[in-house]
Amino acid sequence: MTPYKNWISYSTLVRKEVIRFLRVWSQTLLPPVVTMTLYFVIFGKFIGSQVGDIAGYSYMQFIVPGLVMMAVIMQSFMNTVSSYYFAKFQKSIEEIIVSPTPFPIVIAGYVTGGVLRGLLTATLVMSTALFFTKLHIAHIGITVLFAVLTSVLFSLVGLINGVYAKSFDGISIIPNFVLTPLTYLGGVFYSVSMLPPFWQAVSSFNPILYMIAGFRYGLLGVSDVSIPFAAGLLIGLTVMLFCFVWWLFKTGRGLRA
Amino acid sequence: MSFALEVHGLKKTYNGTVQALRGIDLTIESGDFFALLGPNGAGKTTLISIISGLVKKSDGSLVINGVSIDNDAQGAKERVGVVPQEFNFGIFEKVEDIVVTQAGYYGIPRAQAKIQAERYLKQLGLWEKRNEKARALSGGMKRRLMIARALVHSPKLLILDEPTAGVDLELRRDMYVFLKELNASGVTILLTTHYLEEAEELCRNLAIINKGEIVARGGMKELLSQMEAMTVVCDLSRALTDVEIKQLSSFAPVLDSQEVSLTLSKQYTLSTAIDLLNKMGVVVTSIKNKTNRLEEFFLQKTA
Repeated sequence: MTPYKNWISYSTLVRKEVIRFLRVWSQTLLPPVVTMTLYFVIFGKFIGSQVGDIAGYSYMQFIVPGLVMMAVIMQSFMNTVSSYYFAKFQKSIEEIIVSPTPFPIVIAGYVTGGVLRGLLTATLVMSTALFFTKLHIAHIGITVLFAVLTSVLFSLVGLINGVYAKSFDGISIIPNFVLTPLTYLGGVFYSVSMLPPFWQAVSSFNPILYMIAGFRYGLLGVSDVSIPFAAGLLIGLTVMLFCFVWWLFKTGRGLRA
Repeated sequence: MSFALEVHGLKKTYNGTVQALRGIDLTIESGDFFALLGPNGAGKTTLISIISGLVKKSDGSLVINGVSIDNDAQGAKERVGVVPQEFNFGIFEKVEDIVVTQAGYYGIPRAQAKIQAERYLKQLGLWEKRNEKARALSGGMKRRLMIARALVHSPKLLILDEPTAGVDLELRRDMYVFLKELNASGVTILLTTHYLEEAEELCRNLAIINKGEIVARGGMKELLSQMEAMTVVCDLSRALTDVEIKQLSSFAPVLDSQEVSLTLSKQYTLSTAIDLLNKMGVVVTSIKNKTNRLEEFFLQKTA
């Protein structure tokens, strides 16, 4: 296929993905906004008013980046895992497998769908946050970089889960038992510097910590981790996961006998 | 002479143990209407799935319209359209979207894809249903939708895996007309079906696959003429006596009231049988094949 044909194929898949999540907006876009609103009300307003400032920001302002990233992680992941697994389940994935679309384009199409849903949700959650607190963006480039890298990364994770999943139960294990705990323990509601040294060391192995810290630095200009290290880690993980997904597609894992 | 499909020594083993294909050799000329027949589990779908890129081959070579899948898998895929046995589209998607999206996967710009989709949806009687979700279609409509989808990128080779399963007689007839016209326009068609009269009506050449091997192949007429025996059922003016039945023993008669089944061969022909019955003073009021001729040939080869 020529680059132009590849572009058409890619944009076709992206269009299909976007239409899919917009068509069921009450299942894809609305729930994270409602959940995050509850977090803002309960943790930000009710409990946050009893908590002092962190790094010079009110507790509400401090948790906004973490909650936005929580939405990005979950929504990017859920988009690719559910879309890919459902296509596999009803065999419509064969439509693209029999076509000449190269596998990197297929991966890029699914990932772009996940990224767009993640970023759209992030925008909605940020907009909701403005009803509760004032926000200014300290470093717009870093904010966007961490939001995009995180959503690419978790779109790839969702795709891997979709490839291996053999049932609908198989697509709910990772978000419930891996992503949710790691996100909560990744510093959404606290600064890692508030933890005892041992738990700080344990937390340093949690990649989500670096995503939230990087995004928080972009928004608030404060961080408890090295931003270049966090960005490097995310880029490295993303490249690694992309290569892994490519290998899965090439070898036909869970798809081609 | 150009070939739409050249398969040599094709083998497929699942999980290192189950040999689905044991070295298939098969060539289909460009423009042919070719039947691939075989009992369930013979390897038809495996062969089709390898051609369409859904299953990886274990060994052998496969060339589609001059393009080897080993050298240019993408190029080979561009030349094939597949209508699978099972429905494999998004049931919540609209009919037109399914066809237009498929065209997009082949790199066809959206405006052109819409024109192509309209053309095939109209030809297959689905244009009125274009805005309906696929799940709302009847079984026959879903099959036709898959044909429209497989044709939207104008493939050189169209593979139809049991396309008329569950389609009523009238629609099936319409589909035959459509497929004959399509073939006449230059599209090579590879058809698998369990309706053998369908293969006999549509196809010029055929191959029979059994237990992963091709057991017969050639022209439809040529193969049917090789049949060693066929059975006809004759309605008679009266029942036969035991003596008369003995006189017909060369035809292996099976009597059922005033109806007798006779096995014909090159030596013992239909006219010989009728002459013999007439000499007995028995009138043959009607004759029919016990089974379709191709069916009888198929059963001989796959028994």
